[in-house]
Amino acid sequence: MTAQIAIATADNDLRALDPVALHHNVAQFLFHEARLADSHDYDGWDALWEEDGIYWVPANGMDTDPETQMSVLYDNRSRIHVRIEQLKTGRRHTQTPRSELARLISNIEIGEVAAAEVTVFANSMIYEDNLRGETVWAARNEYRLRLVNGNFRLVRKKIALVNNGKPMFTLSFLV
Amino acid sequence: MLNTETRPAGKVDYSALIEPTRINSRLYTDPDIFQEEMEKIWYRSWVYVGHVSEVPNRNDYVTKSIGPTPVLLVRDRNDEIRLLLNKCPHRGNQLCAYRQGNRATFTCPYHSWTFSNTGDLMGYALADGYEGASKTGVGLGKVPRIAIYRGFVFGSFAETGPTLEEHLGGAKAALDQLCDNAPTGELDLRAGFLQHRTKANWKFMVENETDGYHPGFVHGSIFQVTKSGIANLYGKESIALTRDYGNGHTEFDLRPEWRRIDKPLNWFGTTADRLPDYVAAMNAAYGPDRARQIMIDGSPHTMIFPNLFIAEIQMFVIQPISVDESIQHVTAVQFKDAPDINRRLRQQTMGSVGPAGFLLADDTEMYERNHRGARIRDPEWLVLTRGLHRERKDENGYTIAHSTDEVPQRGIWRHYLSLMQEQPA
Repeated sequence: MTAQIAIATADNDLRALDPVALHHNVAQFLFHEARLADSHDYDGWDALWEEDGIYWVPANGMDTDPETQMSVLYDNRSRIHVRIEQLKTGRRHTQTPRSELARLISNIEIGEVAAAEVTVFANSMIYEDNLRGETVWAARNEYRLRLVNGNFRLVRKKIALVNNGKPMFTLSFLV
Repeated sequence: MLNTETRPAGKVDYSALIEPTRINSRLYTDPDIFQEEMEKIWYRSWVYVGHVSEVPNRNDYVTKSIGPTPVLLVRDRNDEIRLLLNKCPHRGNQLCAYRQGNRATFTCPYHSWTFSNTGDLMGYALADGYEGASKTGVGLGKVPRIAIYRGFVFGSFAETGPTLEEHLGGAKAALDQLCDNAPTGELDLRAGFLQHRTKANWKFMVENETDGYHPGFVHGSIFQVTKSGIANLYGKESIALTRDYGNGHTEFDLRPEWRRIDKPLNWFGTTADRLPDYVAAMNAAYGPDRARQIMIDGSPHTMIFPNLFIAEIQMFVIQPISVDESIQHVTAVQFKDAPDINRRLRQQTMGSVGPAGFLLADDTEMYERNHRGARIRDPEWLVLTRGLHRERKDENGYTIAHSTDEVPQRGIWRHYLSLMQEQPA
């Protein structure tokens, strides 16, 4: 359950992969990432990210410009790491005790495929239970995955919560 | 214990719930008190609504609020700022369903009555049914009083009362201090608001904004991870101050610390060489001496009662929804024509606040725990005694004390008591 399954491609080129195999490998990676987040495996999740990674939760629309408009979360690689380190202090009060989480990742579609990168679209539904009570989150996600040494890594993860134009509760778990 | 069963409706004795150094938990949890707050605070006193820069062009509008009531902040066809109520006067339908936009007229979808964005009725649909009826006096509801100070638009549902400047009192200086940090002297708040839903009474937020006792504990995790020196501002040796401006306005005054450190932009965790365009524009606008002083003093940390919190680089607007639910609206402070500092202001704001913020997610966790605690019967009184022995007056006669002292909270409740004891005119 821990290690990712290596992806066998001719000449390390995702375009050479059978579409069914590509979809399967992408899905396996998304499920792996989801499990790390649900189980608060902070180091495991942090290790998925590339140095140019962007972790983004827009606000007030599906496609607001994060360079001019407020986002709920717009982390570059170093800020992703700060977020993880804060969670690991044990004094991130909103996650002490931790949210209990289970998420479904579905409607996985493959977008643009380059030699070593693939764009993926998926929906997610996350059930959260914490001291406040139960919250359900729904999002249309967009991922950019990079093939590095036979494994996918995260370059970009955009989580467009469907109700991001309305007031939302604290979002302090890895979404 | 208080016997809530025998209390006649609308007859809360607030002096029995608020003492100078302790307050009763019921103030946060009683729905009748919440209703009375609507009438005596939110629908009477000056409340911050929005900023003129949010409606830069003629016919721009944006949905804001006064308490739970939505309010349209409009720059009308004549370039005048108005606060209109989003209710068709015909049958009460919600008139405008969008948060913002640009339009000279609003047409009700129910029976197609059309209103100018001045609030006046322009026409009835199928007008033959209204033969002889006048259109005057049938317009949209308006917030009766509107006042603008340096672009900050406030509204009051009371037809008469203190002026905005009287209400702001000494806290007006905080708005000046904030605007002085802009090379143009103007804000440009167009980055959009995050809306943080919070299952807690609004007063927990008002009290916490200038509580200097909590950061070392609630925010210890992020101070540790980022090796931030901010914790020192809330430490024993800090010479930063808490201040009670009166009228419920309170402040956490960091200037003594910044002046001791004496480095421009240290307040913003950066240095002058990293924001060269901003520094050049400040020097050009104010002259080097004054610019240096502004950039040392930085932006204020001031809570303007009941709902506007200037948190140095962010602006919060606190909105009560019900006795146990509030929304914290927050955006980055943005200065007109200052792109380099604005980018950094947005980046820092996005990291710190909102539902996922390194700081505010933990504050909000405390608000929600505060509220759950307030529902517990015993002990019913909460303690606000910190720093009583070291309160003193500043040169303007405002009460100040150490950065961790509860001067602001005592001041907020004293003002609250006076508002809740006022009798309707």
